[in-house]
Amino acid sequence: MASTNATVDVTSAQAPAGSTDDVILEVKDLKKYFPIKGGMFNRVMGQVKAVDGVSFKLRRGHTMGLVGESGCGKSTTGRTILRLAGEKTGGEVLFNGREVYDLSAKEMHDMRTKMQIIFQDPYSSLSPRLPISEIVGEAVREHNLVPKNELNDYIDQVMEECGLQPYHKMRYPHEFSGGQRQRICIARALALNPEFIVCDEPVSALDVSIQAQIINLLHDLQEERGLTYLFISHDLSVVEHISDAVGVMYLGGMVEYGFTEDIFKNPLHPYTKALFSAIPIPDPKAKQNRIVLEGSIPSPANPPKGCKFHTRCPFAKDCCREVAPEQRELEPGHFVSCHLYDE
Amino acid sequence: MFGHSNKKDEAGYLSAKESRKISKENRKITEGYEKLRKRKNVDPSEYACEMRDPNNAVEFDDVHTYFFTDTGVVKSADGVTYDVPVGKTVGVVGESGCGKSVTCLSLIQLLQRPQGQVTGGAIRLNLGDHAIDVTKAPEEAMQKIRGSEVSMIFQEPMTSLNPVFKIGEQIEEVIELHDGKDWTKEQIKARAIEMIETVGIANSEGVYGMYPHELSGGMRQRVMIAIALACNPRIIIADEPTTALDVTIQAQILDLLRSLKDKINSSIILVTHDLGVVAEMADYVVVMYAGRIVEKGTAEEIFDHPAHPYTIGLMASKPVVGKKVERLYSIPGKVPNPVDMPNYCYFKDRCELCVKACDGEYPHMVRLSPTHEVSCYRYYDNATASAATATSAALDDIIASGASNEGEDK
Repeated sequence: MASTNATVDVTSAQAPAGSTDDVILEVKDLKKYFPIKGGMFNRVMGQVKAVDGVSFKLRRGHTMGLVGESGCGKSTTGRTILRLAGEKTGGEVLFNGREVYDLSAKEMHDMRTKMQIIFQDPYSSLSPRLPISEIVGEAVREHNLVPKNELNDYIDQVMEECGLQPYHKMRYPHEFSGGQRQRICIARALALNPEFIVCDEPVSALDVSIQAQIINLLHDLQEERGLTYLFISHDLSVVEHISDAVGVMYLGGMVEYGFTEDIFKNPLHPYTKALFSAIPIPDPKAKQNRIVLEGSIPSPANPPKGCKFHTRCPFAKDCCREVAPEQRELEPGHFVSCHLYDE
Repeated sequence: MFGHSNKKDEAGYLSAKESRKISKENRKITEGYEKLRKRKNVDPSEYACEMRDPNNAVEFDDVHTYFFTDTGVVKSADGVTYDVPVGKTVGVVGESGCGKSVTCLSLIQLLQRPQGQVTGGAIRLNLGDHAIDVTKAPEEAMQKIRGSEVSMIFQEPMTSLNPVFKIGEQIEEVIELHDGKDWTKEQIKARAIEMIETVGIANSEGVYGMYPHELSGGMRQRVMIAIALACNPRIIIADEPTTALDVTIQAQILDLLRSLKDKINSSIILVTHDLGVVAEMADYVVVMYAGRIVEKGTAEEIFDHPAHPYTIGLMASKPVVGKKVERLYSIPGKVPNPVDMPNYCYFKDRCELCVKACDGEYPHMVRLSPTHEVSCYRYYDNATASAATATSAALDDIIASGASNEGEDK
């Protein structure tokens, strides 16, 4: 739809969706530490290693799911990629081949139209004092994407695409239900005609039937516009449904990543196995061999030495306690960080 | 009953005058209920009753819970009838706002007062040697029951613990009020620590002296469970106990609930919208829609051959791990306005399998098997499980053909 839309000034030519080697986003060994301040002069006492060595590649037109327990750094990864969490601590984020963190303020401002985010909670991510037309149109005006006299029609069109009615325009967020608010959030992101959207738990706060609507909407928009998603969620069944590739995170690191089918059919990392075995299946007769993990997730301020998962891993060996495992490709496109698969 | 004229202008808004009139009427009604509840020294025979079946722990019998709001009367539970057998788990599913929590809050009498009132029906609570009807019981009697006979695990462990009291004090409070009325301080403390251990927290002495903010979400939910189970209640109401938790923690909490339930032989009413959790935990399932029960039965019956189009649609709208579907089904339309319910089947406007009879009044419950009941016109002539299978197949066809108009959330 975007390509036929003459009113939108698309500065860069859009590549066809799904062409095989067209990598839109490459993350190399990304690190983001948050300082813990305290003591008399607010000295830095330590660091919370929220994201600690995450690497992956994302192809244009694909969806990558990011799963893990709360506090494992999924959301921070998403925000760090968008340069929304201050400076990174280390690693590289290459968006369309350019390092995001090397851009000047002006370049970053322009780049923002290409990468957008949809937040988890549609109740707190919309300003209660702005009408919908302003929420959706503010950034379009800021970036001069459409001529002034066409702005109104453009907002109508984007809202319609997201399943909102034009007469909703002058209403305020409190007049909408959760599902509609999430549509507004999606419209806000789409209005800038982005190439890449980080979806940070977009359906977690919604009811089951509304969830299905929003997931279908995201899916349709992807097909129409060739969007690329980074889909962050803790709901594994939703991630399996929407993603082409999945990354499993644990304590700031990515323990396993690969194509959705490979990961779900043949999980290799002990953590992935345990995580998948905990999914409740809506069938009372299904017997599950549940792998129960002992203990709780360690503090990211003081992560264990060696493999971060060794404190809870049923297969931990001596080397796991000393040496952090390397990411290795066991099947084509299926990467695992685990000593169990060392020859 | 309680019908307001509801004069609205063209834009659908009530005038200030109209709204004032409604709130005045509401106050009159709710004050009457409140007066009854606040009486002191009521003769227990006034609210005593007989259980229909002594094997039931709770019987909801045509419960009507209404909220008297300034825009009109919201019938949050409108004739809800189901039983909770002793030692069993009943799962109540439905979308938000369908009245599943309100029904449970009616049982424990913790509705938002004074707007929320149980206006009709009976909720019979089996207390072993005798039974009471909690809808008639005054506040005085309810205080003795809450926490000791019926207790509740709330949805959000982050907000339902008091941040300024230590964990130990919060558990001790309920013991002090009920079981441990005549106990010494040491006995109560010992019991509180025992409860912390029971719910699987390793460092029980340490956690006893901690504040809620020092604990993680899973730990807080465990503490909530410890508080709820401290007096060995007969009925545990678990209102979305794992919704705010991760899958791995969810699995731990569900395991814990199941084993503790067997240990003290209580019944659980599990309110949730996660069908996976229900399948795993529940013996019986109740599906609610817009304040009424549309289908109930054993877990096998509901999951193997769901009969009501709403139940089938709900199951099709959730992706399942290992089952690849091209497109998720989304139920078209939206829930009718609770202030202004239609006089035909509430689901008719969203139903893709309507028959002619659906224009008639709200369908009554049809029995498909001794335990399986559904309120749908499709089963008036042919009340069998195979009819249910045919209905599922019909809806599956509609989903597969993609003919269903996309659900518009307007």
